Amino acid sequence: MSIPLLSLQGLTKVYPGVVANSDVSFDIGEGEVHALLGENGAGKSTLVKAIYGLIRPNEGQMLWRGEVYAPSAPAQARATGVAMVFQHFSLFDAMDVAENVALGMDNPPPIRELSAKITEVSNNYGLPLDPHRMVGDLSAGERQRVEIIRCLLQNPQLLIMDEPTSVLTPQEVDILFRTLRQLRSEGKSILYISHKLEEIRALCENSTVLRLGKVVGRADPRKESARSLAELMVGQVLHTPSREAGTPGKMLLKVTDLSVASPSAFGTSLKGVNLSVRAGEVLGIGGVAGNGQDELLGALSGEIRADSEAVQMDSNPVGQFGPTARRAMGLLCAPEERLGHAAAPDMSLTENALLTGAYREKLVTNGFVSWSKAKTFAESVIKRFDVRTPGPHVAARALSGGNLQKFVIGREIMQRPSVLVVNQPTWGVDASAAAQIRQAILDLAQAGAAVVVISQDLDELLEVADNFAALNGGRLSAPRPVQGLTMDQIGLMLGGAEGETHAAA
Amino acid sequence: MLRLEKRPSPSKLWNYATPVVAVLLTMIAGGILFMALGKNPFEAIKLIFWDPLFSEQFASYSRPQLLIKAGPLILIAVGLSVGFRAGIWNIGAEGQYIIGALCAAAVALAFYPAESWLVFPLMIIAGAAGGWAWAMVPAILKTRFNTNEILVSLLMVYIAEKLLAAAATGFMRNPQGSGFPGSRNIHNYASASNQELIANTGMHWGVVAALIAVIFTYVLLQRHILGFHVQLAGQAPRAARFAGVAPARLVLMCLGLSGAFAGMAGMFEVAGPARLITIDFNAGYGFTAIIVAFLGRLHPVGIVLAGLLLALTYIGGELAQFMLNLPAAAIQVFQGMLLFFLLALDVLSNYRVRLSFPSRSSEVV
Repeated sequence: MSIPLLSLQGLTKVYPGVVANSDVSFDIGEGEVHALLGENGAGKSTLVKAIYGLIRPNEGQMLWRGEVYAPSAPAQARATGVAMVFQHFSLFDAMDVAENVALGMDNPPPIRELSAKITEVSNNYGLPLDPHRMVGDLSAGERQRVEIIRCLLQNPQLLIMDEPTSVLTPQEVDILFRTLRQLRSEGKSILYISHKLEEIRALCENSTVLRLGKVVGRADPRKESARSLAELMVGQVLHTPSREAGTPGKMLLKVTDLSVASPSAFGTSLKGVNLSVRAGEVLGIGGVAGNGQDELLGALSGEIRADSEAVQMDSNPVGQFGPTARRAMGLLCAPEERLGHAAAPDMSLTENALLTGAYREKLVTNGFVSWSKAKTFAESVIKRFDVRTPGPHVAARALSGGNLQKFVIGREIMQRPSVLVVNQPTWGVDASAAAQIRQAILDLAQAGAAVVVISQDLDELLEVADNFAALNGGRLSAPRPVQGLTMDQIGLMLGGAEGETHAAA
Repeated sequence: MLRLEKRPSPSKLWNYATPVVAVLLTMIAGGILFMALGKNPFEAIKLIFWDPLFSEQFASYSRPQLLIKAGPLILIAVGLSVGFRAGIWNIGAEGQYIIGALCAAAVALAFYPAESWLVFPLMIIAGAAGGWAWAMVPAILKTRFNTNEILVSLLMVYIAEKLLAAAATGFMRNPQGSGFPGSRNIHNYASASNQELIANTGMHWGVVAALIAVIFTYVLLQRHILGFHVQLAGQAPRAARFAGVAPARLVLMCLGLSGAFAGMAGMFEVAGPARLITIDFNAGYGFTAIIVAFLGRLHPVGIVLAGLLLALTYIGGELAQFMLNLPAAAIQVFQGMLLFFLLALDVLSNYRVRLSFPSRSSEVV
């Protein structure tokens, strides 16, 4: 047998009170695309951080081509030949591509040379990228290319990719996969972390499944179904969200010719957005990140004010109302960014429950906060939405992404909204939590609420939405019923072709 | 090698321990400073922290001074702490304090020599209103034109000082003062006088006001939705807007509150311990209160303790100046070091210091 490129042997990492990894062993061969699967909090990130030299395991060892490998810092890992593309980009909007790449390198060459190399590498791997463009002007897919090319310039032997496709359009995913397959054919190994099981089945020849820090399975993903992989990961039988067909009720949310400027310099302003949602209806809004999703949520939540008539709740103009007044009328929102927007990272869950629940849940009387009521409310959200946490006193940032998302969505749903707007409800959330959140959204619509789901995950939108519209450059296409919609049509809508014909007509 | 590792949640222990450790480090560094100046460090530290309260020779004079100095420090600092929690930096309390004193003195002098119980409450209102109005300048400039409140509030201090000088030498000068700068003695004007309430304790109406302000702020921060919004805006501004907090209103409220408290502190000072408006009426309470606020962890109870401690360094510092011929600047350096150590140690609340040895591997946690 040949010596594996990287061999993990009994890695254990203990944090105070939590065993993040327990006796994890697996091998990654040369030229192998290896999938690492697991729910949020299963210990994937900890494991990857150990490989990349960000943390040090308590027990066990790693072998790199048969020799002991114990990186104490990422620089050492990079020198060995390990590169990593993180889920969250660390790029500066106001600098160009080459400058950003130089910032992430240990010994950057002069910018001119670097630019030439970027052009060369990007063309070789089919990821075209102009080194002189400002990162702020790039799409999410292009930003990811910057990160990937930064890694490829170091000529790594092992490339770690953490949830790489969560921000890409189907077409961009195809391009990325072509690149990854090319890397594999060059003998490079890839450790691929994703929740999208179909992708893993298309790309990876080996997989390790983690649950609660332990290896619970190894499988050849090509021989498994997505469902069997998911069940291995979750350790239980999965339920696909289901709903009964209902008849749409009266118009609850109506947006007419909504145009607002983006508050941020690199944001996208909304241009003449029209939409309407009836009671019991779920409207799905697709689109690649950065096409006005944040602005749309802000304009609906009241963080961005619009013309009074542009946003109507149950036939009342609310465009000029702030978030508190809109909440009082039953228009509730859950923004995409969990930490810092939907929740205050350093505050407890009780305090975060108060954040949006203050008035609707009557946690405040005459301006005075009832902390016991706030705690009870937080506890009820935790209980009903199965948020895994020691209790409501825990700081929001101590929760895993999926658990905090359940809390954030649950906090709004428990307040019985008549209109709910959510942005990226299951972004970075594991399969079972995502299914739970989608089911909760469907149940809410079933109970007579109007729901707007903004998401980049097309599968998700097709699963929950009745009607689909696409955001492109701040314009919203005309909604179409999801039933009978083909992927091609969706692709055209996302690309803005729909909007153009509209404008021409 | 030393490394910083972010804690999953802020350390409660360090939150309380940092002020204590900062005080100890300040004593050590201060001792070294005094030694470099050729003084006995132990004697100097004892003179600053111990003698004002417990020596037979000085305590009878110094003990009442503790409340006299701590009163305005605490009153100003609790006001500042609210804004600091929201990330609104009023650095100009010194100016608001001066204007508060000037407005209160103006009311007193306008009524002089008529005696009425109305004069004193009117002076409190005038002091608060003066400080509030002075703080509204940076507040409105910030909300209207997005100027930086740190710079504007600080620069307003210098304008206030010029006004003070003009008042003491010009429009408020005592007509019976034979041309000397300074106003009439307000302390000697019965209706306007801020008297010591209990003999030889230093307890005056300003100390009472400081205690009321502490309780008010405590309730505001712990129990009221406004206090929650203040903290939310400081920790996560975007989440605060999502929660429905209007940033402009918060700026007006926080600067207004701290300005009003500082103005009141100025009023109690001019009617009490300072006795009259003079060119050098302001003793730096407005700036020292910033240290008090941070040393007290921006918490009302902590601020009471920190205010007493800083008051002690004022009194002890004077004593050290007088007894050991220490330069006045040495005491200011001493107070400054306290803030410096405190802010540096604050890292420990949010981060863990890790020793890492590149040569050894996995057995080191």
